[in-house]
Amino acid sequence: MAEQSSYPLRRPLPDGIVPEDVVARTETRWLLIMAAMLVFMLAIVVLTGITDSMHPSSNVEVVDPTTLHLQGEFVESNLGTAVETDGSVTVRIIAEQYEFVPRCVEVPAGTAVTFRLTSADVVHGFLLPATNVNTMVVPGFVAEVRTRFARQGEYAMPCHEFCGLGHHAMWAHVRVVPKERFADRAPVERMSCATQ
Amino acid sequence: MQHSSRLALFHYWVAFAAFLPAVLLGAWQMLVRSPLPAPLDDSGAYYASVTLHGTAMAYVVTTFFTMGFGYAVAATSLDRPIRGAAAAWIGFVICSVGTVMAVATILSGRASVLYTFYPPLMASGWYYGGAFLLIGGSMIWVVVMILNMTAWKRDNPGRPVPLPMFAIAATAILWAWAAAGVLLELLGILLPRAFGWSDLIDAALARTLFSVTLHAIVYFWLMPAYIAFYTLVPLAAGGRMYSDTMGRLAFIMLLVFSLPVGMHHLFMDPEHGSGFKFLQSSLTFLVVLPTLLTIFSTCASLEIAGRVRGGRGLLGWIPALPWDEPMVLAVGLALVMLGLGGFGGLINMSYAMNAMIHNTSWVTAHFHLIFGGAVVIMYFAIAYEMWPRITGRPLRSKRLACAQLWLWFWGMLITTIPWHIAGLMGQPRRVAAFDYADPLIARMGPLVIMSVIGGVILLGSAILLIVILVRSHFGARAQTESLAYAIAVNPPERVPSALNGFGLWNAIVAVLMVLAYGYPIGQFFFLKQHSVPAVGITSQFDSGGRR
Repeated sequence: MAEQSSYPLRRPLPDGIVPEDVVARTETRWLLIMAAMLVFMLAIVVLTGITDSMHPSSNVEVVDPTTLHLQGEFVESNLGTAVETDGSVTVRIIAEQYEFVPRCVEVPAGTAVTFRLTSADVVHGFLLPATNVNTMVVPGFVAEVRTRFARQGEYAMPCHEFCGLGHHAMWAHVRVVPKERFADRAPVERMSCATQ
Repeated sequence: MQHSSRLALFHYWVAFAAFLPAVLLGAWQMLVRSPLPAPLDDSGAYYASVTLHGTAMAYVVTTFFTMGFGYAVAATSLDRPIRGAAAAWIGFVICSVGTVMAVATILSGRASVLYTFYPPLMASGWYYGGAFLLIGGSMIWVVVMILNMTAWKRDNPGRPVPLPMFAIAATAILWAWAAAGVLLELLGILLPRAFGWSDLIDAALARTLFSVTLHAIVYFWLMPAYIAFYTLVPLAAGGRMYSDTMGRLAFIMLLVFSLPVGMHHLFMDPEHGSGFKFLQSSLTFLVVLPTLLTIFSTCASLEIAGRVRGGRGLLGWIPALPWDEPMVLAVGLALVMLGLGGFGGLINMSYAMNAMIHNTSWVTAHFHLIFGGAVVIMYFAIAYEMWPRITGRPLRSKRLACAQLWLWFWGMLITTIPWHIAGLMGQPRRVAAFDYADPLIARMGPLVIMSVIGGVILLGSAILLIVILVRSHFGARAQTESLAYAIAVNPPERVPSALNGFGLWNAIVAVLMVLAYGYPIGQFFFLKQHSVPAVGITSQFDSGGRR
């Protein structure tokens, strides 16, 4: 084969070198294996989706990005962590070129946390590494993500979608504190750790 | 025939001329975002570079390569000159003008919105116009491909269309469906805003339209590689294609299943409900089928060749293959990268698991392995295969070509394995600079440096590619045979009409698209006011944002 002449014949081997019924049988077997693989993979996706109730933000809730600062839940005084009557917390954040407001939020460990985000200008992204928290922040819509932090610690919170020439400067933090410590300081008003 | 060859060669040269600088940009980008010092370290230049790298690789290299490949395949597999060559040249000119427009605008710094556009970010209208001409111009190629197949069928009633032609026609139809999304986005939303004919931008609708393109376009890039797997690889290895019918089925499935699935790029978007996300996630799993089928057929074809060459035992046929043939070596390396990248893809397409890695370096690693690795290495092998047939001058040399393929393979692995790990650590994509003083980011530093090394190896491989092609282009003329394709072990006399045309399959695609996208797109026409103001991107090569 090598160097002399590439492919001297259009048919280097005789027809039917593998009999037709052997080809058909092998292919049928492979089709069955493929189907089994597919069913197995789909089952895993469905089961993990249901049992771990992992759902990406899909709330399709509109909001006007031009009046965020004037009215509604995203006015400045309402941003940060809020404690709900059932003990869960809600964190409201605005993403804008090139920062998150507030740029540090504090939440309790072992508690149901709901993040509600929207954008004041372009598309941003919201990611807490090593958790299931990950969403796009699209202007005109509210993105809602629910989670529960098992451990205390500090999470980096980068914007993960290209949002303009200052995109790389857009990092913020989420601080997860023990439940008791959070309760001591449980805010009457909204709280953040942006100034600390 | 000569004419068709020149058509193919012109397209190939544009593709590879864009390829080398795009690789250089890629390597530079990796250096800029690493802890190492980099020349021209500037974030404005970085984002312009990412836009250029993406536009060149995703639109220019792939579209020109596939068009050139299509013209070559149509002429040689049907064994007659291309019909509509004049239209094809007009298409070439339109696509070239579009390319120049887009590239010039990016270089001027007024189009740093990345090739995926990201409205409501707004680039200069010249960029969108250039992209529209490039993608729209390729629709002429689509028509020429379909015309050539139907004309041949008319002249050869009852005979099966040769598999390479059937497959390239499937590619053309797939591209027409896929491109509809981005063309509508450009024409209906971005261009009107760029020219000031509209005030607000429906960013959510624009994202959704782009998602129609965004997955199927990957299969458009992939098709030449798969066509080579079925029709060029077995012959290069000295064997026969395992099954013609399975090949047809695979290309039909690629057409049908790669289209109603693009919303898996929008799993994390708040403007779509979970029902349609889940539906499209499930449909996405079906695109695994044609790939598994293709891997099976390719391995079976190679096994035939290996056993004829004296390979014995369960796996003894593998070392018996002619690994010094670039085409055979390329398919081996491509299958390894396809396997690794495909595994990552399963995570990405999983409705829930996607949350761990969405928009992290993991995704960049995934598509660089699949497209930059498995697909592009087959582009190289196809070029090495076709160059001698088109120019009438032998390849100089096969050994050098094999070395280039190995370099590309190792470069791609060294680049993408650290990216996968950094992605799991939460490293976001498309970031010009990292603050490595931050302890959460510092641990990613060594991984980023490793990928820089991979980038340098890839650059070396790309330079070698161009050297080999240029050397071959100006070598001495020698007698070369025209391009030949592998024929099935049991060549079909007749095939059912469903496997010899696309009427039925187009109807099925239409139904699936209405089911999968009808509501997700339609909702924006009755959803409460959700359009937003556009945000211009300015040229900041000097100051470059806040670092």
